[in-house]
Amino acid sequence: MKVSLFVTCLVDQLWPSIGVSAATVLQRAGCEVVFDERQTCCGQPAFNTGYRDEARALARRFIEIFEGAEADAIVSPSGSCTAMVHHFRDLFGADEAWRHRAEAIAARTHEFGSFLVNVLGVDNLGASFRGRVAWHDACHGLRELNVHSEPRRLIRNVRGVELVELDNADSCCGFGGTFSVKYPEISVAILDNKIQAIEKAAVRAIVSSDASCLMQIGGRLTRNGSAVKPMHLAELLAAREAEAETF
Amino acid sequence: MNPELPEPAKAYGPAEVFDQNARRALVDPQLRSALRHLAVTFGQKRAQAISSVDDWEGLRERARAIKDQTLAQLDKYLEQFADNAARAGAQIHWAHDGHDVCRLIVQLLQERGATRVVKSKSMATEEIHLNAALEAAGIDTVETDLGEWIIQLARETPSHIVVPAIHKSKRQIAELFVAKLGIAPTDDVDKLTGAARRVLRQRFAEADAGISGVNFGVAETGSVLILENEGNIRLTTSLPKIHIALMGIEKVIPRLADLDVFLKLLPRSGTGQRLTAYQSVITGTRKSAADEGPEEVHIILMDNGRSRMLRNPVTRQSLACIRCGACLNACPVYQQIGGHAYGSVYPGPIGAVITPQLIGIGKASQLPYASSLCGACREVCPVKIDIPELLLHLRAQIAEGTALGQGQVEVPVKRKPLESFVFRLYAWAWSRPTLYEWGGRVLRLLQRPAVRDGRIGKIGGVMGKLMPPLGAWTAWRDARPLAPRSFRELWREGKVPPVSQPADSPRIATR
Repeated sequence: MKVSLFVTCLVDQLWPSIGVSAATVLQRAGCEVVFDERQTCCGQPAFNTGYRDEARALARRFIEIFEGAEADAIVSPSGSCTAMVHHFRDLFGADEAWRHRAEAIAARTHEFGSFLVNVLGVDNLGASFRGRVAWHDACHGLRELNVHSEPRRLIRNVRGVELVELDNADSCCGFGGTFSVKYPEISVAILDNKIQAIEKAAVRAIVSSDASCLMQIGGRLTRNGSAVKPMHLAELLAAREAEAETF
Repeated sequence: MNPELPEPAKAYGPAEVFDQNARRALVDPQLRSALRHLAVTFGQKRAQAISSVDDWEGLRERARAIKDQTLAQLDKYLEQFADNAARAGAQIHWAHDGHDVCRLIVQLLQERGATRVVKSKSMATEEIHLNAALEAAGIDTVETDLGEWIIQLARETPSHIVVPAIHKSKRQIAELFVAKLGIAPTDDVDKLTGAARRVLRQRFAEADAGISGVNFGVAETGSVLILENEGNIRLTTSLPKIHIALMGIEKVIPRLADLDVFLKLLPRSGTGQRLTAYQSVITGTRKSAADEGPEEVHIILMDNGRSRMLRNPVTRQSLACIRCGACLNACPVYQQIGGHAYGSVYPGPIGAVITPQLIGIGKASQLPYASSLCGACREVCPVKIDIPELLLHLRAQIAEGTALGQGQVEVPVKRKPLESFVFRLYAWAWSRPTLYEWGGRVLRLLQRPAVRDGRIGKIGGVMGKLMPPLGAWTAWRDARPLAPRSFRELWREGKVPPVSQPADSPRIATR
């Protein structure tokens, strides 16, 4: 299956190892991975702050670029950006032609973990990682795309991993895009509940499906001097940490 | 004003200073501890209560369909309701806004020489600050719901739609009762409620009129339905000779049979109960002198901004709200700051949506941003209101300035020239991959002095002020610096395996 990778701007600029891991895992799962260098951002920051003209301009670009990819699927290591692509249609109102194109693109766009399990039917990537990890349900993946069991299944099949459930794994980390800097005190107050749950779980890594949540959680963890490692699902599934050991 | 009573607590400002209010709330340890159990207690009770329903999703969908159908023909159902209620002996009044309602109620009471009033919990009366109007007219009014009475004694406003005194601790309530009722100091809940009961019973016996809200108005019968747990609404609406019910125009439903759906949804969503202790269906006045109930029933149908919400297909869904408060309990923001910070009697996610629509976006322009858009509110809403969609709609109105001059919006929407410029620049530059990539390279150079151990620590002082988002982020969290090489560079350079190297031997299991 030919997959066009939408890495997202955050991953591209701030956390490229997530993109590298996603590409690696997808290829291990038998996909041909292509990457169109014209891609930048889905426009979500503008859309969520109310700037619909700006969001629409970026949405049009996205649609034009990925229509040309002729890939079977568009896969993104972000539930939030995937959900944004699914929202594109709302930006075009009565413009039937563009709405139709937006819907066609949305139908082919998948969140990384959900794509592996639900589209490829793969739930074991031959990964290995030592230690306890916990999963944080990123809000948009969970509530806009209904991704819940897929990442847990994928993680349980990583050799050497013990998956523990966080208290309130499905509650928000407080990021919320511009919310995190418009109301930083509230954002961090919400975040600290998540941090408490992570500390209580005594894990080596906190795993999620969005670089944005992981930067929020990770930024507080390092500020607190915690050793817990924020990790994207793709990074965990690409890990071959215990390769040298015999199982 | 009664000179013996102190001024209302002014700890929190109006909605326009939400940011300051929120900061104040976050450092109030008593409030934080009162809120700590809210999510857990109400969340668990709700989850248990909805598990006793076979098809919760189906119920939600039916409820929303009934609301949508009603709102699409609201004029028809309101007239039907008014006709049938009048036929049953109720007197119907139509009110444009809160001032009209306050004037009308004061007039009704004064014409009848009513000076002592008992009230049951009603968000509609809180919305229009009826108590202040009654007090100004010299009408002695007492709230009879225990929570509402507590905040009336404390001269505060409700901080939650269903549990108005949720922000108060038992100790604070005990101290309030000692100060206001002159009881002996105690922290025994039975003694406290006993004291409340003694005072309130006396007030019921003396009352000339009772004022209530309405949960549902049934068009086909002209009945109003009110739900409660304390029995005080039953007394408020049946003991005094006059009953005045204030009903927002969105409260009408077509048929008595529709209550089957809403009675399953509302108590479960609101308090996690399968059913409230009391459900009063009131249809007009008493029919003979031997009957119980008031001699006069007045139903006031209030618009107060609701027809404005009705006009737009996106905002219309705001009127489907049945005031259960489930979205407050589920909201991570509300859980941290409580209700008063919103500067409105409607707090939380639904408050952030309806307050700007009721009082004008210009007076509550921060509220639509007071959300991480996590969607927990939409998930618990018994009538499936897409609150995040509404928040985004309001944000777009502010960003585009399209709310200017609409309807009753008195204060112009403050546009944000800098933010607007930044987003225009972002959309322009990020539509040009070369510019986007070079922008990244320049930022990588600029960030260099700030990066320590692979992270950016606190950016304070002048730099933090020059770049407010970075200052706000790094005050409490480390920032992740731009990576030495972007993904696209790695890809281009063939460093993304297995482009430059053969694929690892696949060890893939399929389902």
